Amino acid sequence: MEALLAIVSGILFACSFYLMMRRNLLRFVIGLIILGNAANLLIFTMGRLTRDHPPVIPYGAELPIEPYANPLPQALILTAIVISFGLLVFALVLVFRNYLTTNTLDADTLDAAEPDEPLDVHTETRRLPA
Amino acid sequence: MLWAVLSIFVLAAVAPFIARVTKQATGWVLGLLPLAVFAYFAQQIGPVADGTPIRQVHAWVPSLDLTLSFYLDGLSLLFALLVTGIGTLIVVYAGGYMHGHDQYGRFFSQLLLFMGAMLGLVVADNIIAFFIFFELTSFASYLLIGFYHTDEDNRQAARKALVVTGGGGLALLAGLLLLQQVTGTMEFSEMLALGDTVRAHPYYTGIFVLVILGAFTKSAQFPFHFWLPAAMAGPTPVSAYLHSATMVKAGVFLLARLSPVLGGTDLWLYTLVSFGAFTMVLSAWLGLRYTDLKQILAYTTVMVLGLLTMLLGVGTSAAVKAAMVFILVHALYKGALFMMAGSVDHETGTRDVLELGGLRSEMPYTMAGGLLAALSMAGLPPLFGFIGKEVTYEAALGAGPIGIVVLVASVLANAALLAGALVVGIKPFFGGEGSFTRHPHEAPVSMWLGPGILATLGLAFGLVPSLVDQTILQAATGAVLQSPYEFYLALWHGINAPLIASLVTFAIGFALYVQWARVQPSGFMQALDGFFGRRPAAAFERGLFEMARLSQWTTRRVQDGTFRHYLLTVLSTFVVLVGSSLLLQTNIQWPTEVLGVRYYEAALAGIIVLAALVAVRTHERFIAILALSIGGYAIALLYLLFGAPDLAMTQFTIETLSIIILVIVLLNLPGISGQVSLASRVRDAVVATGVGAIITTIALTVLSTPLDRYVSDYLASRSYTEARGHNIVNVILVDFRALDTMGEIGVLAMAALGVYVLMRMMRQNRDTPEASIESDDKVLTEAEETA
Repeated sequence: MEALLAIVSGILFACSFYLMMRRNLLRFVIGLIILGNAANLLIFTMGRLTRDHPPVIPYGAELPIEPYANPLPQALILTAIVISFGLLVFALVLVFRNYLTTNTLDADTLDAAEPDEPLDVHTETRRLPA
Repeated sequence: MLWAVLSIFVLAAVAPFIARVTKQATGWVLGLLPLAVFAYFAQQIGPVADGTPIRQVHAWVPSLDLTLSFYLDGLSLLFALLVTGIGTLIVVYAGGYMHGHDQYGRFFSQLLLFMGAMLGLVVADNIIAFFIFFELTSFASYLLIGFYHTDEDNRQAARKALVVTGGGGLALLAGLLLLQQVTGTMEFSEMLALGDTVRAHPYYTGIFVLVILGAFTKSAQFPFHFWLPAAMAGPTPVSAYLHSATMVKAGVFLLARLSPVLGGTDLWLYTLVSFGAFTMVLSAWLGLRYTDLKQILAYTTVMVLGLLTMLLGVGTSAAVKAAMVFILVHALYKGALFMMAGSVDHETGTRDVLELGGLRSEMPYTMAGGLLAALSMAGLPPLFGFIGKEVTYEAALGAGPIGIVVLVASVLANAALLAGALVVGIKPFFGGEGSFTRHPHEAPVSMWLGPGILATLGLAFGLVPSLVDQTILQAATGAVLQSPYEFYLALWHGINAPLIASLVTFAIGFALYVQWARVQPSGFMQALDGFFGRRPAAAFERGLFEMARLSQWTTRRVQDGTFRHYLLTVLSTFVVLVGSSLLLQTNIQWPTEVLGVRYYEAALAGIIVLAALVAVRTHERFIAILALSIGGYAIALLYLLFGAPDLAMTQFTIETLSIIILVIVLLNLPGISGQVSLASRVRDAVVATGVGAIITTIALTVLSTPLDRYVSDYLASRSYTEARGHNIVNVILVDFRALDTMGEIGVLAMAALGVYVLMRMMRQNRDTPEASIESDDKVLTEAEETA
């Protein structure tokens, strides 16, 4: 099962990166969501899988009963899920806000902050100003 | 010694404040400290000449085994005396020369920084300390050469010096570190005894090349000679100091310091002698091409540096002796002559020999110092320069098979040097009245004292060489040779081969001087200057330009302002590097100790993959959202099946919230469009698939190694006993990692705040969706104020 999930998360990573390389900002956001899921699934799998036994200590006991699922990845993923939600919402609102200003979702047209000439080079004298 | 070096740096820091109080007396006041340090070092002549080097060690960075150690043997002492002695006179001189400049104080600060760096360099024992001082001299000279920074030519000259010497310094650092690897010590004083180990080591050639790069760039050896004549763009006191006692001598000092360690091999001999001799002859003749006093002097400095490099390359006792003598000879006359040139420039407004003349009556003291120094530079008896030339010829004659080359080169160079010296020393003062607008006066005492003292010393040491030969020069020679070496210097040795060589030199030199007016503008000199003088400098500037263009091109290629291209670059790099390393190194196995697959789990996995693929393929935004949420819920179910109910609950909640928000936002956005070409889609798909495959491969590799559950078990076993919680995941989050969780909450709060602000702006903007950015900014400010 671990091997299967490793493959599944690999596919999810591939899908998310493909989407993030698209021009449309909406597809970028979709890629971002899948990226979060892919990473969580990977962490979960790397901690190994245990069926049906959550890491909970029964009443009256001091230690959990073996076998129990690995609690550490779960703690990590729990925060990761919430954080990626925060990221999603923020990114989404940013995209929307940007759309209201520029009236486009095309990432390639958003180059207002890019300088035309990154360096001041005297091409005619063929030397670098001091 | 620590205090001697540190005090100069401290003075450098406070010099501008002192200058504000002392005004025109600043040079005299600030000169007191270098004078005191000079006196301190002068006291060490006795003990050091007796053959006991002084070593002082201070803890610096004990955890790295770094010490701030100083080593004073004859060689360091000779240089320390020059740095502080000439430094004192330069500071006094600068007080007069720079008087009235609006950055008077800053100038002294930089000059003293230069002095401190050079002094530290010559007395440092630790190689790291040495390197820091070495680079500090480059840095300080950069500031000083570019002191008149409003002129672009000066900035360019400063940059040239910095790039050449700083770049050489980096090579030197590598060389010194390799040397440390080979010898196992960071101290020069300990390396000196390990020369045989180093020379036999396979790293020797590498160390040699790197150290030589450092020395040749610093001491302006061909093909790095072009930066030094350009460096005269700095104020004249700086040129005087830089040429006579500091900076350019650092490379020679380095060669002398390491000659017991690296010297004595054929590589050393032939490299140093050939580069040194070539530089020497070339620059001696190039000097005759110019009419600017400082430019002539600058080229003769390069000539002397070539001579010193050549002599250290020969490496015999006589050659080392000649090198040490010449260092002193040159420091005395070059310091004096540059100051003289500065005074003449200061009084007449020109440095051009063709425009100068007849100053002997207006500037008698300046003339006396300048002429005396020039005669020493010319190598005429009874001045110290004559002895310097004689011992050079003596060394050449005793240099074995290469001796004849060394001798001929030295005679040729010294003849041109003689002519140059006479041009510099005689032309401004004799002959008819020059053509300058200002009416010249004698320079103030601060400006003729220094050259006067140095020139007088040149005469005194010539007449009474015993003032220096048995003490400091012998100690310096012994330090370079690493064995005591006794010698006496004298003006008259009887009629012997060196004397005959001297006579030949005089003959050629005087002829050159007489014909100088014809030689200087001749076609041959123009060609020589064009090919070896201007071309290397132009090539350097062109190189800088091409480098800037290359980086501009690279920047444009790599950073074209398109995020997806950045991502593509990052991911392709990942695929190529990690992928190739995986293919080369890892033995990929299918994990064995894993759970089997049940059919409903396989079905969930299939749904997740299918949903993702639909999200990739679809152009319908609501189908994409649907696919996303189906995938998300399926993952939540997987969490539930594999003992993670907390995760499942969170994922369900978040997934639901996400859908709601996505739908709300997407209702206000257009559909998915804006496609790119098939080729780039295929390219992206290949790269993305590659990344996915690599991640899966890594995951499978990890899965086929045993899992260390130490941390998990530790937390699980303490969850109830120490934190009184039954749900281990919750305990980790709110107890063991509570601070972390608080941070996460902070992140969420910030995201929420951001969303809130953006939403408010949207509400206010709804009526005018195409509002300009400016008005949005106003709204943003208002929103912030409201918040």
